[in-house]
Amino acid sequence: MLMTAHERLAGEIRDLVQKLGRNRSSLVPILQEVQKQHHRIGTYAMQVIADELGIHPVEVQSVVSFYAFLDGKPQGKFVIRLCRTISCDMNGKKRVARQLENDLGITFGETTKDRHFTLEWTNCMGLCDQGPAMLVNDRLYTKVTPEKVHEILEECRRTFGVHATERKEAHLA
Amino acid sequence: MSSIQTYTQATPEAGLKRALGMSRPDIIHEMNESGLKGRGGAGFPVGGKWNFAASAKSEKKYIICNADEGEPGTFKDRVVLQEHADLVFEGMTIAAKAVGSREGILFLRGEYTDLREHLEDTLQRRREQKLLGDNIQGSGVDFDIRVFIGAGAYICGEETALIECLEGNRGEPRNRPPYPVNTGFNGHPSVVNNVESLASAACIMGRGADWWKTMGTAKSTGMKLFSISGDCARPGVYEFDLGVTVADILKEVGGEGAKAVQVGGASGRCIPPSEYARSIAYEDIPTGGGSLIVFGQQRDMLDVLENFMDFFGDESCGQCTPCRVGNLKLLEGVKLLRAGKCSMSYLKELCALGETMQIASKCGLGQSSPNAFLSVVAHFRDEIMGRTYSQA
Ligand SMILES: Cc1cc2nc3c(=O)[nH]c(=O)nc-3n(C[C@H](O)[C@H](O)[C@H](O)COP(=O)(O)O)c2cc1C
Ligand code: SF4
Repeated sequence: MLMTAHERLAGEIRDLVQKLGRNRSSLVPILQEVQKQHHRIGTYAMQVIADELGIHPVEVQSVVSFYAFLDGKPQGKFVIRLCRTISCDMNGKKRVARQLENDLGITFGETTKDRHFTLEWTNCMGLCDQGPAMLVNDRLYTKVTPEKVHEILEECRRTFGVHATERKEAHLA
Repeated sequence: MSSIQTYTQATPEAGLKRALGMSRPDIIHEMNESGLKGRGGAGFPVGGKWNFAASAKSEKKYIICNADEGEPGTFKDRVVLQEHADLVFEGMTIAAKAVGSREGILFLRGEYTDLREHLEDTLQRRREQKLLGDNIQGSGVDFDIRVFIGAGAYICGEETALIECLEGNRGEPRNRPPYPVNTGFNGHPSVVNNVESLASAACIMGRGADWWKTMGTAKSTGMKLFSISGDCARPGVYEFDLGVTVADILKEVGGEGAKAVQVGGASGRCIPPSEYARSIAYEDIPTGGGSLIVFGQQRDMLDVLENFMDFFGDESCGQCTPCRVGNLKLLEGVKLLRAGKCSMSYLKELCALGETMQIASKCGLGQSSPNAFLSVVAHFRDEIMGRTYSQA
C-alpha cells in the first residue's frame, strides 16, 4: 500500500511519542526531533502531536512560537546562526555577516530558494573569547573571517551529495 | 590543561565518597559553613537551598543543573562542562544525597548541543563505575541524571522559566514564591543550581569548608570563575578569589587602559576607570555570573548599549509590561542619543523608567536589564549627550 507523506509523518510522530513518553514534559524533546528531521514543525505535525499528548494544538503552536530553535516556517537544511552579541560584534561580526549575505544571496531571517540555507542572528553562544562565533546546525565555528565563509558554505554543500534524498521530504512536514 | 586550577587539583570523587558516609544534616552543615553562594547570578547560599529542599516533604525531588548559560559575555560553564563534567555530576550526586533525590536533570542550552555526546558518555561511564544508578558505591543511595536540551531562549536560564520549559510549556517565569525548592518540576521540590555552584560544592565536600574559606573574603568565600572577553590581550576563563579588584583582573588579562568594564554580563553594570580599585564580591560589585567584558578606548558606549538593549528587547518573554515595553523604550532612547536628539529631560524620564522596571518587573530579566543603561548614563554622560551638535 502506498503511504502518503502525512501518514508517514504521523507514524514517525507516534514512534517518537512512544520513545520519549506520552506526557507534556516530552513536548519539547518531541518538537526538537521533528524539527531536526523535517527542518520545521508544520501545522499537520502540530495537530498529530497535540492529539497524541491529549492537548489542544494551540498549546503546541504557542510553544513552537516561543523558542528560537523551533520553527513553524520551513527552514533550510543548514541553519546558520551568527552571534550578534557585543564581544563577537567587537571582533568583527559585521563583516562576516555581510559576506554571508553576499555568498548566499539572502539577508538575515531568510531561507535560500533551494531550502539549503537559512541565515539567522543568535544571541551570545558562550564563545566570546573566540569570536566571531557561528553555529551551523549543531556545529560550532569560531574566529570566523569573511574569507572563511565561502569554505564553510562549501563544506555544507559537499554533504548534500551524501544526503541528496532527505531534502525532498523536508517541505512536507 | 584546564585553566581552572582548583578543579584540576580536586581528587576525583573525594567529595562524593565523603558525602556518602555523612548524614544529610552534616552535608548541609558543611555547605553552610563554607559560605558558598550560587554562582548563577543571584548568589543564594547553596547550603540554604539544599536545606529547604531537604526539609520539603515529597515522594519525588529533583536536582536540576542549570547549564543554560546565556548571559552575554559568559562562557565559563561551557568550559567547566567540557573539562570538568565529572565534578559537576559529582556535585549533583552530593546534592541528591543531601536532599534525598533520585532524579537529576542537566538542562543544557540548545546552543551547547555540541557538548551533549561528551556529557552522555561521561554519564554512561559514571553508571559503569557505580557513581550513578542504584545503590551508588554500596551506600544505598539511588540517583541518576539525564540531559535535557533547551530550545533557544535566554529566559530559560531563570529557574522557574527553566522548569516551565522542562514541563513542555513556554519559558515564561512564574511568580515566586512558591520557590522551586518547594514547588518545582511537576510540582515537586527541586534544587536548581548553576554548573559552577555544583562543581565547587564537590570540591568543598572533598577538601572541607575550612579550606574553601582560606580563599576570598569573609562575606564572599572561595574562588570564582570569570569569563573575560572584549578588548584585552588574553581573553578566556580565569579563576580568581572573590574580592579581587577590577584593576587586578585587567592586569592579568592584558586589558590595562580600558575605557570601561561591563561586570556581570548585559544584566550587570558598566564600571568606569575611577572605580577599577573596587573589588568584585557580594559586598561590593556583584559578580553576576562572573563575566567581564573589556571595552577599549576606541569603543562607543552607545554601540554597547544598543547591542545590550537589542538583546533584552529580543529575549524578554513579554509577560509583563515594564519589561516588554520598557526595554523597547530604552532601545529607542539609545537611538535618539545616537542621533543627538535626546533632551536632558527625556533622558531623565528614561532613567526613571529604568528604575521603575527594576522594581516592577516580574523576574530578574526586567529587573536587571536597565542596569547597563543606567550605569552608562551615570558614568559616561559627557560622551553620550549632544552627539551631532558637538560634532557639527
Ligand atoms: C534572566 C535570567 C537568566 C538567568 N540565566 C541563568 C543561567 O544561564 N545560568 C544559571 O545558572 N542561572 C541563571 N539565572 C539564575 C537562576 O534563576 C537561578 O538563580 C540559578 O540557576 C540558581 O543557581 P545558583 O544558586 O547555583 O546560582 C538566571 C536568572 C535570570 C533572571
Ligand atoms: S521581567 Fe521580562 S522576562 Fe521576566 S517575566 Fe516580565 S516580561 Fe518576562
